[in-house]
Amino acid sequence: MSDIISAPKRTPKDFSSDQDVKWCPGCGDYSILSQVQKVLPDFDTKKENFVFISGIGCSSRFTYYMDTYGIHSIHGRAAAVASGVKVANPELDVWVVSGDGDSISIGGNHFIHLLRRNINIKYLLFNNEIYGLTKGQYSPLSEKGKNTKSSPYGSIDEPFNPMELALGAKATFVARSLDRDPKHQQAMFKRAHEHKGTAFVEIYQNCAVFNDGAFFAYSEKETKKEDALFVEHGKPMIFGNNNDKGIKLDGLNPVVVDISNGVSANDLWIHDERDKTKASLLASLFDAPTMLHHKPRPFGVFYVEDRAVYEDDLTAQIAAVTAKKGKISLDKILSGDKTWIIA
Amino acid sequence: MDTLEKKSEKVTKVHEAENVVVRFSGDSGDGMQMTGTQFTDTTAFLGQDLSTFPEFPAEIRAPIGTVAGVSGFQVNFGSKEIYTPGDIFDVLVAMNSAALKTDLPKLKKGGVLIVNTAGFDRKNLNLAHYPEGVNPLEDGSTDDYIVYKIDVTKHVKEALATSGLGNKEIERSKNMFVLGLLFWMFDKSMDYTIGFITEKFAKTPDVMNANITALKAGWNYGDHTEIFTTRFKIDIAKLPAGVYRQITGNHATAIGLICAAEKAGLPLFLGSYPITPASDILHELSKYRGNGVKTFQAEDEIAAVCSAIGGSYAGALGVTTTSGPGLSLKGEAIGLAVITEIPLVIVNVQRGGPSTGLPTKTEQSDLLQAIHGRHGEAPLPVIAASSPADCFEAVYEAARIALEHMTPVIFLSDGYVANGSEPWRFPTGDMLKPINCPLTTENNNPGGKFLPYKRDEKGVRPRTKPGTPGLEHRIGGLEKQNETGNVSYDSVNHEVMTHLRAEKIERIADFIPPAKVDHGKENAKICVLGWGSTYGSITTAVRELTAEGHDVAHVHLRYVNPFPRNLGELLKGFDKVLIPEMNMGQLCQLIRAKYLIPAISYSKVQGLPFAIDELKTRIVETLNSK
Repeated sequence: MSDIISAPKRTPKDFSSDQDVKWCPGCGDYSILSQVQKVLPDFDTKKENFVFISGIGCSSRFTYYMDTYGIHSIHGRAAAVASGVKVANPELDVWVVSGDGDSISIGGNHFIHLLRRNINIKYLLFNNEIYGLTKGQYSPLSEKGKNTKSSPYGSIDEPFNPMELALGAKATFVARSLDRDPKHQQAMFKRAHEHKGTAFVEIYQNCAVFNDGAFFAYSEKETKKEDALFVEHGKPMIFGNNNDKGIKLDGLNPVVVDISNGVSANDLWIHDERDKTKASLLASLFDAPTMLHHKPRPFGVFYVEDRAVYEDDLTAQIAAVTAKKGKISLDKILSGDKTWIIA
Repeated sequence: MDTLEKKSEKVTKVHEAENVVVRFSGDSGDGMQMTGTQFTDTTAFLGQDLSTFPEFPAEIRAPIGTVAGVSGFQVNFGSKEIYTPGDIFDVLVAMNSAALKTDLPKLKKGGVLIVNTAGFDRKNLNLAHYPEGVNPLEDGSTDDYIVYKIDVTKHVKEALATSGLGNKEIERSKNMFVLGLLFWMFDKSMDYTIGFITEKFAKTPDVMNANITALKAGWNYGDHTEIFTTRFKIDIAKLPAGVYRQITGNHATAIGLICAAEKAGLPLFLGSYPITPASDILHELSKYRGNGVKTFQAEDEIAAVCSAIGGSYAGALGVTTTSGPGLSLKGEAIGLAVITEIPLVIVNVQRGGPSTGLPTKTEQSDLLQAIHGRHGEAPLPVIAASSPADCFEAVYEAARIALEHMTPVIFLSDGYVANGSEPWRFPTGDMLKPINCPLTTENNNPGGKFLPYKRDEKGVRPRTKPGTPGLEHRIGGLEKQNETGNVSYDSVNHEVMTHLRAEKIERIADFIPPAKVDHGKENAKICVLGWGSTYGSITTAVRELTAEGHDVAHVHLRYVNPFPRNLGELLKGFDKVLIPEMNMGQLCQLIRAKYLIPAISYSKVQGLPFAIDELKTRIVETLNSK
């Protein structure tokens, strides 16, 4: 039983390839790469069973920097390639790395269908709200009115809210994190990995060249406590410079309240990851941080649901059909049911 | 040869023939495909050779009675070898006015016409757009034929008066009446069809009995009614001895893929999006869950090919099936499989194009797209099937080459061979060529990192799969450094890699059979060069012409890229090379460009196969021209 002898624990370095990392200085991708490499050794997966699949874009270079199996595929199609990998071999621990253009624009179709099927794949959306590799055009997640190379007078496109999109596409795990909070990222990656089904994690990622500071409101200490809301299952929603603000539900309407005088934490909205209606309310907290009286932007696990996993159902169907009909021999497949002899 | 047969009081002329073409034609809802299939299966069981051509409208249920809604099934069967479904019909069954309007022009003069007169009332004539007051059965249009006018609807209603079935269900049995009549006319046993009906309607005995009653009523109608004076006698064919089955091209493609996967020792993964006329391959493969076949109905054509690439990367035989528009959509992903050098089979069942084109009609117009239709220098092998049964061997070869040479391969079939059927002397599993595609588990660079793009003597890189310890590596669409596979933008390296990929494909020519003359002499005055589904028409035309004393030869290509090594030399031995294609001369361009010979194109793009007579005429004209 040599399997029982445990190998020495892997380290982040074991997951680091020998290729030079070539992202721009200050790019949020560095942090995400580092956090992924930090959490992988903690998982109960053999190193050779990890597979990273990416599409095209800055973030999609990720696969080349991981010392795992991986495919740097084509624009928008990472989810489709990954689906094939995982369905063909469910033993593999498959991760998708994809940017906002890759996932939500050109790859939008594959993104929603992956979530619907609930294939057990971990999906990391690196959201920098801009096209980086093509040098700075607005993305379907850029805010309306954004001035970019392709929208010198301001973009007139309404952006998606990726959390709402994922929930609408029947995602069974939906979370948000950000590049400048390593510990939070690690926690989210671990939660995603624990989940059986497609786990979607949106990561706010700074593009230092084309969209610098897009998410600083949520990461820099001057504004972070007021603008970011870190949610945890079973805990009340509290934020603010002195943890003095909370969110209360007035029916289905989230309201910011002052808890320093009078309102008790027990009156606040207690986060319930299993409640899809409330997850949708959480997703709807999407105010621009520049807006007057804006509500804070939530981070954490929004929603978790246990639902049948596509490849498990397929495996079960194969087993059931095999049990009922057995494996048909090649000779039988070749002859079919009706034959005749010519002498 | 005609003889007279006296049976009870009735005298019938028995017409002996080498082969007969029967066309069943009716409304989409008339069950013509089923009738044709049953007639065909019975014919096959009786040992005659045959070839079929089902032709149906693009609409699922076009308005009843209209020309747009006509569905036809054609079968050519006989005692000699049959290669095509036939150009013109000896017997036409027309269930309504629209069917007659559509198919009468192709009924041979003096041929037998059987019409259901219930389909020729004023309403049906109007629907078929005959001018007011015109009935083709009464205005002399059918004078050149032996016409049997039967009110099938009325006879079926009478036969099933006591069946307890409603009018609608009774009407549905009219095709069985016609089938019974045809069985009488061709002196064929009803046993096979009775067995089929019994099995199919086991759960609804009323319907089962009604169908059998209608079938027998049709037979008896032929047998007892004085109006029928002609029966046909066709001997069994002198086919090579062996066990046969009936098979369509799409079915043969599906089981060819299963056999290839099993022979290679790999699971089969199909990523597919439904598209006419390729969907039947997806349907068929979906049945084989018990053999571990994984079919993944993807959200679109791109996801279908990408999932197949993923499945292949994970260690399966990755396959995607489609038709023209789908091939266009898959182009970029196929390029990814070219640069990553991943085995992949792309099945393209061609149809009329461009764009949505003629979805239910046949064409060979994707050849250049298959060979060249990707950005960048992206060569890959292309293999084409020449007949329904040949789809099996051709797709098996496509899979073998994909796996043994680590490349995507495009397999070309078309609507004509995909839906057509013929008897097939099928092989047993142990007769199939072995497929050698070992998965690497050892590092090929001891002491260093695994080299995923270090090639063997065939120019082929090693195949490994995720889950193999110690060989972790990344592949992708960016140009890679020779051997290491690491991303490289080096200009000289790019040129080296471009050549290595091209040479790998070129060298496949060493692993395929040489081109040979299928019929006729080497150095004949004219060679008719074909590829894919034109095989049946060309071989029939060439055989007839050589029998008539013409110096004609036929060469047919299965391997369209790379060409067999000897093809240039072989073609240069003929005075003239004529290339008939159901496109604007795509193979002809390739042959002229590669071998610098003045090959002559014969193009047809009517969504229909070549007729034998038109081919013969063109061959003789070309032969005699200066």
